[in-house]
Amino acid sequence: MKDGVGAKGKKVANTAMNDEAEEEKKKVTIYIMGKAYEVPAGLTIMKAVEYAGFQYIRGAGCRAGFCGACATVYRKKGDYKLYTALACQTAVEDGMYLTQLPFVPANKAKYDIEKIEVSPNTLIKFYPELVRCVSCNTCTKSCPQDLEVMYYIQAAIRGDIEKVAKLSFDCIQCGLCAIRCPAEIAHYHVAQLARRLYGKYMSPTPKHLLERIKEIESGKFDREMEEIMKMSIEKIKKMYAERDIEGATEARAKAEKD
Amino acid sequence: MVGGVGRKEDRKTAYDAGMMKIAYYPGCTLKTTARSFEKSVIASYRVLGIEYIELEKWTCCGTYFSLAKDDLVHHIASIRNLIRVKEAGYDRVVAPCSMCYNTLKMANEEVRNDEEKAYRINSFMDEEEDYRGDVEVLHPFDLLREVGMDRVRGAVKKPLEGLKVMPYYGCMLVRPEIAALGKGELPGIMEDLIKALGGVPVYTPYNIECCGSYHVVSNPDFVMARARDIAKKAVMEGAEVIITSCPLCHYNLDRMQLEAKRKWKDFKEIPAIYFSQLMAIAFGLGKKDIALDGNYVDPRPLFEAKGLV
Amino acid sequence: MRVKVGGEEEEIVAKVEEISGQNIMLCYQCGQCSASCPMADYMDLIPSRVMKMLQLGMVDDVFKANTMWICATCLKCSVMCPKDIDVAAVMEALRQIVLRRNEEYLSLGKISKDRIEELPQIALIASARKMTP
Ligand code: SF4
Ligand code: SF4
Ligand code: FES
Repeated sequence: MKDGVGAKGKKVANTAMNDEAEEEKKKVTIYIMGKAYEVPAGLTIMKAVEYAGFQYIRGAGCRAGFCGACATVYRKKGDYKLYTALACQTAVEDGMYLTQLPFVPANKAKYDIEKIEVSPNTLIKFYPELVRCVSCNTCTKSCPQDLEVMYYIQAAIRGDIEKVAKLSFDCIQCGLCAIRCPAEIAHYHVAQLARRLYGKYMSPTPKHLLERIKEIESGKFDREMEEIMKMSIEKIKKMYAERDIEGATEARAKAEKD
Repeated sequence: MVGGVGRKEDRKTAYDAGMMKIAYYPGCTLKTTARSFEKSVIASYRVLGIEYIELEKWTCCGTYFSLAKDDLVHHIASIRNLIRVKEAGYDRVVAPCSMCYNTLKMANEEVRNDEEKAYRINSFMDEEEDYRGDVEVLHPFDLLREVGMDRVRGAVKKPLEGLKVMPYYGCMLVRPEIAALGKGELPGIMEDLIKALGGVPVYTPYNIECCGSYHVVSNPDFVMARARDIAKKAVMEGAEVIITSCPLCHYNLDRMQLEAKRKWKDFKEIPAIYFSQLMAIAFGLGKKDIALDGNYVDPRPLFEAKGLV
Repeated sequence: MRVKVGGEEEEIVAKVEEISGQNIMLCYQCGQCSASCPMADYMDLIPSRVMKMLQLGMVDDVFKANTMWICATCLKCSVMCPKDIDVAAVMEALRQIVLRRNEEYLSLGKISKDRIEELPQIALIASARKMTP
């Protein structure tokens, strides 16, 4: 059934903002909770919502695609599909009908990660609804991070914790999968438990981390820390702006050279 | 893409060359409580020149098949897996778990025989290629028929020396007819296998009776009573071990015998193992491949006493 | 001929026939299904009785009985029926009617964690499919 099916909600991200001046001239109509608003084309959904006069008190956080606070659902004119997106990462399109989800209710199991004995059924034990998955793939289709959500749920059912951890690594807990799932699974909580178990009991402990912990404990960085504590806010801000980021420093140097 | 060996015309050549490859659908339980089944079935079929190639991606089969005529969403899982088989370049898939085998096969037949249903299922899975039922779903027993019992006999290194074995088919290999291994409810394939391995098949009226199935979750007492009746009859007819190809039957028979023992003091247990473990034993494979360690009713004393392991 | 003609009962029986794809009136009460059913001992109403009551439109009693939930879908009744009625599908239809009202028979959250730990996936998955909406 591939014909006539368009790509998933296109993610234009913030790059569109560069052409803001030009885009400003073009307007599109979007429908926020049923009411029409004219907004400049090229805005992200989040900016467009604010442009329309709304103020976020929930449903916005990092504004950079990392926190998962801005889950949004929308339809397009003449298209039955229900699209899902992060409002801060998706450009508005003409004729979008949208609403944001301020919160996704989902139960998180109670556990003490120190006390769990990992077995093939551990994830089902805490989240028995896992076994209700019908492999409809709706979760995968709704994930704005393009994760293979169905396959991580399936790996969870068969106790492959490592696979769950790896497939779900980029999950930002937006909850869009959970709100769409007919089996009423809370995918992201399952995945988080799997990653915790993987980190605690299954992945090899990195040697350099152990060494660094020893260094910290032996007081190697105490003096530097004290110095920072005494610094003025301005100086800390400056230091932060000029800090060395792995890879970024070289990239900046290269950009300057070009 | 794995070219060739999945296709009919190349199958004979592959068999002749001693290695026929087939897409392998494990199902969830073979990865968890039935690992001994997975290990032994892969190892013993390798001896017969059949290599199981696990699908790279698969989901639960969607067991147990929905009998409701309008309940299409519950067939999605099966069909999706069959699409994965095609994508891997195969036109046949083997599912050792009886329940997976039955569920996949029933869904396959549903799509084959009902265009309207096929259309609706395909429309729902709009991200997948259309599926029309062109994959064949097989059970390892179908493959035994294909290679022939002569090859099985030829592979035996430690004949079972008259070991009395109850072949427990349960339901999913014999019902309904559209998914059954043979005509009627008596396929006879397990009996042939037992004989080829040097054992003696034991007939009881319970060979094709239900073990209580998934009721072990909600009504374990019923299942315990079933397990008791089946085991009792097996012992009465002189069987020394029960073989099965279903991880649920296996759990019910094996685990629930412990409960039965607790409740009825004079109850006599009988070990239950997978048919592939019996093959692995007779083929003289290593301990790891036979994998007799995970049972509740320990089968090891029996086979050790006979010098088979 | 149904005793309760017309009304809600008849509609429900029609629904059972539609979902199961079976003609309930074909049953002539030979009792083969009940005789072969491995779970009959635990049922409030044996399968042939359910068939008869559906013919009579006694749907309330059928839904009050545990029969449909105790059915293990082993399909023995369906292969035994001389009238080729898929009795197991009738049980499935009865379950579906309840489940589609969003009522559950099995509460997954109430199974003890220790039991979940040792149960095979296949048992949990099949139970969830047959007993949760
Ligand atoms: S897996 Fe679910 S919660 Fe995580 S990012 Fe994807 S849709 Fe959001
Ligand atoms: S949406 Fe729910 S039922 Fe569908 S595949 Fe994902 S987890 Fe399974
Ligand atoms: S606001 Fe954080 S992901 Fe959109």
